[in-house]
Amino acid sequence: MISTNKIIYRVENLTKTFESEKERIDALSNVSFEVKEGEIVVIVGPSGCGKSTLLRIFSRLIEPTKGKIIFQDKISSDLKNSEFGFVFQDSTLMPWRTVIDNIVLPLEIKGEDKKEMYEKAIKLLRLFNLERFEKYYPSDLSGGMSQRVAIARALINNPTVLLMDEPFGALDEIMRQKLDFELLNIKRKTNKTIIFVTHSILEAVIIADKIIVLGLNPNTVIGSKIINLPEERAPKLLTETVFFENVTEIRKILEERYANNK
Amino acid sequence: MQITNKFRKYISVALGIFLFLLLWEGIIKLFHISDFLLPSPLKVFNTYISMALKGKLFFHTWITTIEALTGFFIGAFIGIALGYIVSKSKTLDRILSPFIIAAQTTPKLALAPLFLIWFGFGLLSKIFITALIVFFPIFVNTAVAIKSINPNLKALMKLVHANKWQIFKKLEVPSSLPMLFAGFKSGITLAIVGAVVGEFVGASAGLGYLIMFNMGHLDTASVFTVIIQLIIISIIFYEIIAMGGSRLMRWHESEKDNW
Repeated sequence: MISTNKIIYRVENLTKTFESEKERIDALSNVSFEVKEGEIVVIVGPSGCGKSTLLRIFSRLIEPTKGKIIFQDKISSDLKNSEFGFVFQDSTLMPWRTVIDNIVLPLEIKGEDKKEMYEKAIKLLRLFNLERFEKYYPSDLSGGMSQRVAIARALINNPTVLLMDEPFGALDEIMRQKLDFELLNIKRKTNKTIIFVTHSILEAVIIADKIIVLGLNPNTVIGSKIINLPEERAPKLLTETVFFENVTEIRKILEERYANNK
Repeated sequence: MQITNKFRKYISVALGIFLFLLLWEGIIKLFHISDFLLPSPLKVFNTYISMALKGKLFFHTWITTIEALTGFFIGAFIGIALGYIVSKSKTLDRILSPFIIAAQTTPKLALAPLFLIWFGFGLLSKIFITALIVFFPIFVNTAVAIKSINPNLKALMKLVHANKWQIFKKLEVPSSLPMLFAGFKSGITLAIVGAVVGEFVGASAGLGYLIMFNMGHLDTASVFTVIIQLIIISIIFYEIIAMGGSRLMRWHESEKDNW
């Protein structure tokens, strides 16, 4: 399950500028980094540093102003929808669909055989321990359960990459950490490449193989770090010195940047 | 649990009606009000039975129902279609909105004589007045519903490569249902108002005509009877729409049992 050395994504000088009549916002400036196959890359940074914009360019919801993302030697604009799954900050479940009907949506849109798609969905429900909630509507689920359903929906296409935009940001700290470890567990079982955006340094260190730190003004990469923690991580990790050393290092990258800005 | 809740609901409604009738009867007895001014509930009940037995009441109810329902469907169809178009195109929104708002702010009663001149004294003029009244709430609700779809859900549909028809069917329609049904509910009650207004101005049949006819004969009990009939059909139509909404929106907060 560990990342191979094969580079799956190459982000080259990515720049995104939003222009309106009144103002011009440089959401991203010359961002470059690489993602290896099977790796969890976490992008951290303060609010407004362009983390979500970056992920939206990855998913082709928006186009970059300059630069490119190369996915397995293809320019990202040529990707098919089965190559990545996307998880939003809010679960973005359709309230009129039951849990299982939400999960099958991407396959339903593709026109896949009904029986097959529901079989796939049931397997995913089992993976997330959600079998009991198959017929529930999203309004009957807790925030944590809704996010699990959203991840299951993102996985149903069996994508190569999972793009996650602060998926646990709206949850309380305890639930958030529980889902972080659950995500690691899912990752072990499915071996997906994950690009995860968060503003929480703790969360980043819990799940990351590599952390990319984005700064503000210019919104570009100000540092990166390979996380040297054991591959199998459990909640007791949160009490270990090595965990805090990693957290401190990331914090230092951000603090130095802001100290320089003052 | 559910049966108990439903039972409780019916009991409360029946109790409410009973108390209202008691108050009505009490006021008449207390202030010695004559039948001409305010007939007693019993008198109205007797008049209702006698009008119903003669078949007169149902004939006029049928006419008003046809006018109200046909007008409702026409108004709702145009309201949904224009609401959808306006929500999709800012240019069309700018062009159409002044006309639509002008049509809404004009008192429909003032337009009714014109409709009679244009479409005659038959059903058609009442149907068009009704359609015009019903149109606006449904138009506004449709436009707002489509404009306020969760942008992340739209992004999701884009991410899974949904085509326009799939977006319409799997996102826009279900997402708009709560607001659309809210529009239908106010629309259907307005439909009865529209039909009756048309009949007031000029008609030879319908419950509005029957009210005017009985007023001319100073038959207050019959006027009350017709008003009660109007209330009954309004409630029936409203409940049919509410039931349709409940069936289609079991997932929605407004449809969950809050008793």
